[in-house]
Amino acid sequence: MTRSEDDSTTTNDGDEASGSPGSVDELIPNTGGSNDDGSTAAVRSDGGTVDTDSPFETTSTVTETRGDRVDRFLEEYLRTPWSILRDDWRALAGFAILSFYVLVGTVGVYLVEPTYPAHGPKLLGAFADWQFPLGTTSSGRDVLAMAVHSTPSILVMMTSGALFTIIVGTAFGVVSGYKGGLVDTALSTITDVFINIPGLPLVIVLATLLEDWINNPVTLGVLLAVAAWAGLARAIRSQVLTIRNESFVESARAMDLSTRWILSKEVLPHLMPYVVVNMVNAARSIIFAAVALYFLGVLPFSDANWGVMLNNAYNSGALYRPAAYHWLLVPMIAISGIAVGLILLAQSLDRVFNPRIRARHQDLGGDDEPIDADADADDSTKEMMNV
Amino acid sequence: MNWKIRRFGQAVFTVWAVMTLAFFLTRMMPGNPVDAFVARVGPQLDNPQEAYEMAEIYMNINPQDPIHIAYVDYMTTMLQGDMGMSMSQNSSVAAIMGEAIPWTLFVMSWAIFIGFAVGISLGALMAYWEGSKFDVALTGYATIITSIPFYVLALMLLITFAYRLNWFPTAGRRPEGVEAGFNIPFMVGIIHHAILPIFSMFVASGVASLTMRGNSIRVLGEDYLRVARLRGLADRTIAVQYIARNAILPMYTGLMIAIGSMFGGAVVLEEIFTYRGMGYYMIQAVRARDYPLMMGAFTVITIAVVISLLIADLTYGKIDPRAGNEDHDAF
Repeated sequence: MTRSEDDSTTTNDGDEASGSPGSVDELIPNTGGSNDDGSTAAVRSDGGTVDTDSPFETTSTVTETRGDRVDRFLEEYLRTPWSILRDDWRALAGFAILSFYVLVGTVGVYLVEPTYPAHGPKLLGAFADWQFPLGTTSSGRDVLAMAVHSTPSILVMMTSGALFTIIVGTAFGVVSGYKGGLVDTALSTITDVFINIPGLPLVIVLATLLEDWINNPVTLGVLLAVAAWAGLARAIRSQVLTIRNESFVESARAMDLSTRWILSKEVLPHLMPYVVVNMVNAARSIIFAAVALYFLGVLPFSDANWGVMLNNAYNSGALYRPAAYHWLLVPMIAISGIAVGLILLAQSLDRVFNPRIRARHQDLGGDDEPIDADADADDSTKEMMNV
Repeated sequence: MNWKIRRFGQAVFTVWAVMTLAFFLTRMMPGNPVDAFVARVGPQLDNPQEAYEMAEIYMNINPQDPIHIAYVDYMTTMLQGDMGMSMSQNSSVAAIMGEAIPWTLFVMSWAIFIGFAVGISLGALMAYWEGSKFDVALTGYATIITSIPFYVLALMLLITFAYRLNWFPTAGRRPEGVEAGFNIPFMVGIIHHAILPIFSMFVASGVASLTMRGNSIRVLGEDYLRVARLRGLADRTIAVQYIARNAILPMYTGLMIAIGSMFGGAVVLEEIFTYRGMGYYMIQAVRARDYPLMMGAFTVITIAVVISLLIADLTYGKIDPRAGNEDHDAF
């Protein structure tokens, strides 16, 4: 959606919700009234035909009905994104992969019964017996069941970590970029400190010393995100620095709207694309870090998950025992698979928010122009180094 | 100049913050290592006073001191380079770290250097032959490699090249039974041991080539390039002076991010390859609940990253004259 349209959206919303203090309605008559006194000429020298009405006083002749608003909302948030995503194989593949993981994490847990030591023969290879499709471990546990039953906690960890990253990162970035001055100095200093501290070692130290607090996936995700939010905060701050000087923010300031209103209604919507794409990337790095730490045996764990499986396989010598390769490979494929899904999703989301592609899809015209497939590939992969 | 001083101050502040965090975690948290140590060791000794003295030797913190005095003591001893005694390695933390740092730096610097050199050349070639089979294949490869965690790659490389093919040693950092020093077998042995860790970082850094590719393509479309061609400059001059220079500029930023994450990644890699660097000792310390060594390793790794980022930031102006002395968002 284009910028001008976005502006009109906010203004219209303000008109309708005239109850809130400091809304646009209250201010317009004042401005118009003061301007009105001098200008009585019907035709101005520049050819404009401004009658007694000042341009500040003109209001839309068409009132927007509730139906129109619902329609616009659907167009903006559902139909256009859907239209873009439908044409993009990466989006379809990404969604398919992630839905598969979510299905495994919700339904699969009930379909595959949990496993226990001596459940089957020791170190049965993959695809050798249909009772244990992916083979068994050296203690006779079913590899498939272990992989399936670790999915829910990994998904919860991923979500909580990703949410924490973007909420803290956005809050720090927006506030410090918009407020400036002392607030900016303080918040930026904190951000810089966190950017300079290497993430994985910090998480290892915290995980070791705060063992008692991180006994569930949610807090664990938050802990992993401690090392991840600072980069986002820095990036968002520099974007806010440019947005805050845009005319629509300046006019909002001139209308004396509250800072909270400006930040949430004017500034934040412009950052949303960036934030959403970053959330998907944060989810990926959280999973990578979590599995790495489980693999190292640093995080406390109660039940098997992909990282613990890797660790167990590694410790029982799967590296030099070909008979145990499946035990090592299943968690590896599980991690890489969800990462592929997240990368594809991030790349396609990039396109959903790309104004040029949006514009092409907005009017639902049958424009079949081939889309430059890899122009945006490099942006989302840049994040890869941040493990 | 002013900016440089501020940037330096920021680095010092970060180091201070990390040391303070280390103090806070070892002394102030409920169930902190110092209290736990005294509670564990105290009953075994005849004189309970001894437990406090031992705690001070190991962790530089005397539990009997008031917090502010303990803090000042801790900071001064840390600044003197005394990071306490390791509980599991029977040596001072500073000695262990001093011995481990060169190995980590050796592997990391080569991994970063090779990764970027190859990434830049490949990226430039991909941009030059944009849309060709070479470009499509490498872009696909880089995207796939991005979705595989580097430690998974390291494990696969270890299985393939060390255990199956026996080309490289499976563990360790130096050859057995060879005298250390500047002799050929030792040097070759060291490189032989370092190749797999370096290679697994390098394979995982396909992202450098993608970034370079994107940058080069962007530069290829610039107007000044058309002007350069119209002026009849040689292709070589255009490629090196115009395209490469401008495309590499933004890569410097990526390089700085890479430094930080590679030191973090080194922790996992060194454990996988049993390569006795800083990260390896950190994990050993965590396993043995050897808090002085763990905090020492964390502090040293952080300082290493802070210094490399500081150097990178301060030299950025040399590479990009536009940045000059201004405040720039370098990374």
